Amino acid sequence: MARSAAHEGAGWFEARGLAAFRGERLVLEGVSFRLEAGGALLLRGPNGAGKSTLLRVLAGLIPPAAGALLWRGEDALADLSYHARRLAYLGHQDAVKPGLSVAENLAFAASGGGDIDAALAALGLAPLADLPARFLSAGQRRRLALARLPLACAPLWLLDEPGNGLDESSLASLGALSDRHRAAGGMVIAATHHDLPFPGASQLSLT
Amino acid sequence: MTLFFSLIARELRLSLRHGADTLAALLFFFLAGTLFPLAIGPAPAELARIAPGIVWVAALLAALLPLDRLFGADFEDGALDQLLLSGLPAAAIALAKACGHWLTTGLPLLLAAAPLALMLRVRAESLPVLLGGLLPGTLALSLLGTAGAAIVLGARRGGVLLPLLVLPLAVPVLIFGTTASAAAAVHLPVRPHLLLLFAVLAVLLPLAPLAAGAALRAAAE
Repeated sequence: MARSAAHEGAGWFEARGLAAFRGERLVLEGVSFRLEAGGALLLRGPNGAGKSTLLRVLAGLIPPAAGALLWRGEDALADLSYHARRLAYLGHQDAVKPGLSVAENLAFAASGGGDIDAALAALGLAPLADLPARFLSAGQRRRLALARLPLACAPLWLLDEPGNGLDESSLASLGALSDRHRAAGGMVIAATHHDLPFPGASQLSLT
Repeated sequence: MTLFFSLIARELRLSLRHGADTLAALLFFFLAGTLFPLAIGPAPAELARIAPGIVWVAALLAALLPLDRLFGADFEDGALDQLLLSGLPAAAIALAKACGHWLTTGLPLLLAAAPLALMLRVRAESLPVLLGGLLPGTLALSLLGTAGAAIVLGARRGGVLLPLLVLPLAVPVLIFGTTASAAAAVHLPVRPHLLLLFAVLAVLLPLAPLAAGAALRAAAE
């Protein structure tokens, strides 16, 4: 699979004492972790513990109220659009446009030079490439959203409940996708309630 | 730069699949325009006098119609997060959206303005001035509308708030546009009015995307 130069010596990603508000409520406080190249981190915690909020803070969508986010020791959030280029984000929504076909849904994500056919094949969507996305089932829409990850050619993957709605074989392809990504020096951070096939992943419990 | 153009291509493709939005704006433009002769009376001299104003007001209102969905759909299905994380600055996303709005609404309105104006008995010599004013006018409206749509994003009743926010700001565009046509009707120079329209456009071109970009970031929080 095509890999960009962003993977070369992907370095490390570190959070120091992150805090974040959701409205008036402090949902995250003192969150720290360090992730090396090839590592995976699972965010665990009950509903409302701030897993999704933490992922959005890590993506630069929500500015942290306190703490620092470091990429190879430098402030990651100093240039938001540069930070955005080194990550691929999977939200809890699929961002699938029902009016476009499966392949067309990936066209914008692939404008950086990714291979749409390979991404679709990796998630078993190749036979559906020309189908309008409104005919997809919930699990297939999730797989389509996952297909954006390899297209981004980004070293850091932020996944919000990536296993939602996936059957066992799709979970296995998600595992294979993340294994390949990590073997190339990429990192994965996933918020999840279920067990994900990410071998050797460390855990971070949020309360 | 590639990203910017592929975002515009995405917008065009989406609006092609949802062609009803563009069509609705155009039909609204024609219907609103044809209501005036019915209400005021079909006397050609009177119509010719007020026709440029009718075309301008109808275009202004029609351009507002699709603004509600400009960011709304992307906001609801999570695509806005993907756009903000695409590596483009938020202001560039807003500018691409404004280009998309102009190509799918402003440009069709501009093309439809000539038949509507002729239907309303605009004199042939003032038609070029009307269209020449609508070109920067619709561009300015797309920029203003994009900023407005981004600002009301996530607000309850955003659809109601949007015209209240955009229409007052569009007043200078309307004034300079219609005075250009009025000047043409009495054979006065139209250049100053058109230059003022372009000046409005030149102010909006950097300001509107910056404001819209900041609003998009705030909405995504």
